[in-house]
Amino acid sequence: MALSEQDVLAGLAELVNDETGMAADAVQMEKSFTDDLDIDSISMMTIVVNAEDKFGVKIPDEEVKNLITVADAVNFITSNQG
Amino acid sequence: MKSLKQNDPVQYSRIYSLGASRGSSAVTNDEIAGPIESSDEWIRQRTGIVTRVRAPEGQSLMDMAVEASKEAIEKSGIDPSEIDAVILATISFPYATPSGATMLAAEVGAGDAAAYDISAACAGYCYGIAQADALIRSGNSKYVLVVGGEKLSDFISPTDRSISFLLGDGAGAAIVGPSDHPGISKTVWGSDGANWDKVGMTGSILDFRDGKTEWPTLVQEGQPVFRWAVWEMVKVAKEALEASGLAPEDLSALVTHQANMRIIDEFAKQLELPESVVVAKDIVETGNTSAASIPLAMHRLLAEGKVKSGGYALEIGFGAGLAYAAQVVELP
Repeated sequence: MALSEQDVLAGLAELVNDETGMAADAVQMEKSFTDDLDIDSISMMTIVVNAEDKFGVKIPDEEVKNLITVADAVNFITSNQG
Repeated sequence: MKSLKQNDPVQYSRIYSLGASRGSSAVTNDEIAGPIESSDEWIRQRTGIVTRVRAPEGQSLMDMAVEASKEAIEKSGIDPSEIDAVILATISFPYATPSGATMLAAEVGAGDAAAYDISAACAGYCYGIAQADALIRSGNSKYVLVVGGEKLSDFISPTDRSISFLLGDGAGAAIVGPSDHPGISKTVWGSDGANWDKVGMTGSILDFRDGKTEWPTLVQEGQPVFRWAVWEMVKVAKEALEASGLAPEDLSALVTHQANMRIIDEFAKQLELPESVVVAKDIVETGNTSAASIPLAMHRLLAEGKVKSGGYALEIGFGAGLAYAAQVVELP
């Protein structure tokens, strides 16, 4: 069963917390990964690969640079779930 | 009809000894942070590097290759004239031809040995060990000198934020020879030319000649390379370990290419190694020296007494090509 936007956001927040130690509730839809959450390119890739596992989606290298905000990632994952 | 004669094969090979030579200048993060608008703290946090060693103008790639080779030859106890083949893995020897290996062979007293360079970037040393193992076990060569050597500082840009600030200079050497027990496991190696452009140069020397580019320097696409270097290369490392017949707890050390501490840490995490396995982190002081990084890191572990001769190390090189190679070796 496809996960809701809220489920994906909560799951993504857990992954951000695992990688950076940041409180999960800081991960909100409008936040930018780089500018607001201070996530660098290597941490971003770690989160992406872990998100692929967690949500069963494929996030290609060329797509990663389009994931500017948390909402971008949540939308990509919800619309590409298997 | 007469049949052709061939060499009598030898069953096993092992590494007899290692030698190391590093660039004589330790370059701090503060010294290079300005042009990339960075800081010591940022570089330490993002890469684990505190200093990278670089060779000043008077210290060439060949100087370092010769110094490392002489140490390895001396420690092996063999006479250099007994070396049958010299393999130099490098991407920074400044001549397309002749090879650096022929000069190296002459410099270390292995004058008539077969000698050639190989271009497999950060996988080059492990490619060389694979070739040395095959040459010895086929009976073609008794002793082989394998060197990974780089003077990468000739091919960096002070303003490049993708890779230049990671890079250092050095050479690591190994003498490989016959053994009465297996000292080098099956090599798992390969390439992925579909991603040829992910790590490489800003242009060709022809582009430079024709004024189409500045002096070519090294550059990479960090994110896809990171994904490949960890998640794809961990599969290769696991395959190499399985092919060796060992379990993770049988290893003394993991010696990956010293690309970036983040890659090394994530690699070790994914491999789920027990705490008894020492993870080589020469990158902290040496930086990323491409083909030289694995023998330099292994040499340091032995020199600092963190691992003992006779233990097993899983070594894996990966980088431009993309090219990769992994094997388990008995520590000399």
